[in-house]
Amino acid sequence: MDDINNHFEFKRTVFVTVGTTSFDSLVRTVDSDQVKEALLEKGYTHLVIQMGRGSYIPKKSSGEDGSLVVDYFTFSSSIADYLRSASLVISHAGSGSIFETLRIAKPLIVVVNEDLMDNHQSELAEELAERKHLYCARPQTLCEVIKSLNLDIIVPYEPGDANPVAKLINKHLGFPAD
Amino acid sequence: MVDFVSVSLVVVVISTLLVVRVLYVISQSSKPARNTSQKNLSTLVVLGSGGHTAEMINLLSVLPKDRFAPRFYIAAATDNMSLQKARVFEDALDDKTSLQGPEPTQFMQIYRSREVGQSYITSVGTTLFALGHALWLMVKIRPQVILCNGPGTCIPICAIAFIFKILGIRWSNIFYVESIARVKRLSLSGLLLYKLRMADQLFVQWPQKQYPRARYVGRLM
Repeated sequence: MDDINNHFEFKRTVFVTVGTTSFDSLVRTVDSDQVKEALLEKGYTHLVIQMGRGSYIPKKSSGEDGSLVVDYFTFSSSIADYLRSASLVISHAGSGSIFETLRIAKPLIVVVNEDLMDNHQSELAEELAERKHLYCARPQTLCEVIKSLNLDIIVPYEPGDANPVAKLINKHLGFPAD
Repeated sequence: MVDFVSVSLVVVVISTLLVVRVLYVISQSSKPARNTSQKNLSTLVVLGSGGHTAEMINLLSVLPKDRFAPRFYIAAATDNMSLQKARVFEDALDDKTSLQGPEPTQFMQIYRSREVGQSYITSVGTTLFALGHALWLMVKIRPQVILCNGPGTCIPICAIAFIFKILGIRWSNIFYVESIARVKRLSLSGLLLYKLRMADQLFVQWPQKQYPRARYVGRLM
C-alpha cells in the first residue's frame, strides 16, 4: 500500500520568489506556522522558497509529520522550471517575475515590499490585481489572502506584444515596412 | 582691443544660433525620416537591473537584427546580470542567422553616477566621473540609434547624444520605452527626457493622458 501511495503522490508546490532582491519580511512570513498551515489547508504539499539576497534563512522540512515540505535556495540562473512545476506562485512585485508567471498562466500572489523607498512596483501589482490577473498582498496580509484564495475569479492575462512599438520605431527610422 | 560691445554681440549671436539650432534639432527629431538609404544603423542598447533588461530584450527580439547593427550594449558597472543576459540573447541569434554582422556586437560597462545610499557630497564627484566616462564611450560609439527604457544610466548617455546632435557630431535617434511597471506616471528618467524633449519618440505601455506627447503602445510583455 505504501508503494502505491508513493507512486501516486499528489504534489502541489507553492513557489516563492524574491528575484534579485532581499525581502526578508516575505520570506519570514511564508516561513511562519500560520502561513504554512493556511497553505496546507488549501491543499498544497510543498513549499520552495527562492530567497535572493535576504538574510533570513527558512527552516527546511521533510514533511514527514504531515506538514509542508519546505526547501529553499538563494538564486538560480532561471526560475522557469520552478514556475512551471508550481501550482501557486508567491512573488515580489518585480515586473520580470510577474510577467514570467502570468505568461505561463500560473496562479499568482504578488507581495509588495513596503520597505522599498520608491515603491513604483505597487502600481503595477495593484493595476493587475484590479484587472483580476493576480492577487495582491502585503507581508502582513498574506495569510489572510491565502485563506480566502479563490482561483476561479482569476482572469488569464493576454500576453503583450512588442510588434506595434517595433513598427513605429522602424517607421520613424524610414526603414521599409516588412 | 576687444571691447565690451563686441564681446556681448558675439555672445548674443552665438546664444541665438544655439537656441535656433536646439529648436531645429527638437523639431526634426520628432519627425520620421522620409526613407533611409542606409541598410543598417549602429545601435546602442542601454540595459538596467531589475526588469529593465528583460523588457529590453523582449523589444529587441522583434526588431530586425540586420537593420539595428552593429549593436552596443551598455550596463552599469555594478550590474552583474544584465550584460550576461544580453550575451545569451546575442548568442542565440548567431545560431539562427549565419550571417556575420558588419561589426561584432560589443558589451560595455559604464560607471554609475550614484550608488544607492551614497552620500550626496561624494555623489558630485562620482557623477562628474560617470559623465566623463559616458562621454568617452559615446565618442567611441557615436550610435545612430539609442534604445533605452528607464535605468538612470541612460540619462547621461541621452544628454550627450542630444549635445552631439546639436553640435552636428552625430545624429542619433533616441527611442525611450517607459517600463511596464510605470502604470500611472513616468519614471524620473522618462520625465526628464519628456520635459526636455530629448527623445525622438517616447513610448508608454499604459494609457497616461497627462503626457500628450508620449505614445501609448500597449503592453510589451
